[in-house]
Amino acid sequence: MARAILFLATLVLASSAHADGGRYEVLGDEIPKPLTDQPGDPARGRAIVVDRRKGLCLLCHSGPFPEERFQGDLAPSLEGAGDRNTPGALRLRLVDSRRVNTDTIMPPYFETTGLHRVAPEFRDKTILNAQEIEDVIAFLATLKTTGGSR
Amino acid sequence: MSASTQAMQRDDVQNPGMLAAGQGEALWNAQPPGGGQSCASCHGDATASMKGVAARYPAFDEATRRPIDLQDRIRACNARRPGAPDMPHESEELVALSAYVGLQSRGTPTAPDPDPRLAPFRARGQALFERPIGQLNLSCAACHDARAGGRLAGALIPQGHPNGYPLYRLEWQGMGSLQRRLRNCMTGVRAEAPPFGAPDFVELELYLQSRAAPLAVETPAVRP
Ligand code: HEC
Ligand code: HEC
Ligand code: HEC
Repeated sequence: MARAILFLATLVLASSAHADGGRYEVLGDEIPKPLTDQPGDPARGRAIVVDRRKGLCLLCHSGPFPEERFQGDLAPSLEGAGDRNTPGALRLRLVDSRRVNTDTIMPPYFETTGLHRVAPEFRDKTILNAQEIEDVIAFLATLKTTGGSR
Repeated sequence: MSASTQAMQRDDVQNPGMLAAGQGEALWNAQPPGGGQSCASCHGDATASMKGVAARYPAFDEATRRPIDLQDRIRACNARRPGAPDMPHESEELVALSAYVGLQSRGTPTAPDPDPRLAPFRARGQALFERPIGQLNLSCAACHDARAGGRLAGALIPQGHPNGYPLYRLEWQGMGSLQRRLRNCMTGVRAEAPPFGAPDFVELELYLQSRAAPLAVETPAVRP
């Protein structure tokens, strides 16, 4: 019984995060605190990044993904993203890139405010949920050109 | 666009859009099911009467005091024929007739109607074009003005010109109108696409046309 309640509580938390986003604190150009208690999983993050329907990253970016034939050229390569950005800076970038660059074309992955004419099936939903954001950050952090792991 | 798609567009025998235009020619001359008049009975030979018409549409419609695009003009003429069945947007008949009328302007430079009454509608179309929309928060301009020639994953971003429509798209395996294309771009950024024929579309078309002028009409074009 106790287990069932715990399970339900997690479910509600996870879905509400996906439903409204926006629960984070920005300090300077970072969101220092992770959005979830569970650490991000780099393998799951990589899968999200290359997924054209979920992460959509390769619509615009390229990166060290030799198996992906079609990569975009509208944004800098993700190669070395973990060198250039702290995890907190990556988090702000992903959550809402408009806070870094008001004219950005990078979609806000964890924010639903300030959007117009959103299709009904996506209204008030964030592109990624909190855990997926953390997974992507964990993966990006491994993208180091300076002898880091990949 | 690849060399093979361009070659297909240039060669009328290979261009699948010419089949639709041929079907449009037959419809132009045929008596409609309700027994009313054919298009030809009022307009005569389309190669003369429709020459250059598509190049200046959308135009101002006195009846509704709004811009009207070529497809809705054809639908309006059709609706005045007693007993003629409706020609819904994207129906084979409407796309074919639009392709046939459009073909009569092939090679004619796009010439936006200078009627000042159109200006506010065109300005609204431009505002729509420049405003980020959808869950992905992208404007038409972000892709078609600022990043034309760039690669969106595998797809080359075109300038977003309307001068080839209706056209044959290999991906659709068929003909489609400009509005069908615009709906694709809107749903691509996870925005809500208005219904076919909505004022938003006609206003966007007006702006796209002024942006494309004086490119020549290429109807029926071919796309990958
Ligand atoms: C619609 C295009 C687009 C999409 C989709 C997109 N980005 Fe970006 N991204 C950009 C652009 C453009 C920049 C450059 C900075 C700017 O203009 O805001 C950028 C910047 C970045 C940066 C900072 C630059 C660096 O490497 O130091 C990171 C990290 C990043 N994006 C990661 C991602 C990830 C991960 C995804 C997918 C979850 C993604 N982006 C999806 C367009 C995009
Ligand atoms: C009963 C006569 C009649 C018939 C039948 C008719 N039209 Fe028309 N059409 C008109 C008139 C009159 C106009 C002038 C604009 C108006 O009053 O709406 C017009 C205008 C047009 C225009 C715009 C021309 C311009 O220069 O702006 C097009 C295109 C057109 N018709 C296509 C068609 C097609 C296609 C058909 C057959 C489905 C058709 N019409 C059937 C009378 C007719
Ligand atoms: C994320 C980038 C992007 C956005 C945003 C976008 N488009 Fe497009 N658009 C494309 C691409 C890519 C194509 C070509 C598709 C293909 O041929 O595979 C295209 C095709 C077109 C075409 C057809 C051009 C031709 O030569 O056939 C038009 C017109 C157009 N878009 C208008 C618009 C309008 C209007 C909007 C805003 C409502 C818009 N687009 C938003 C990327 C975009």
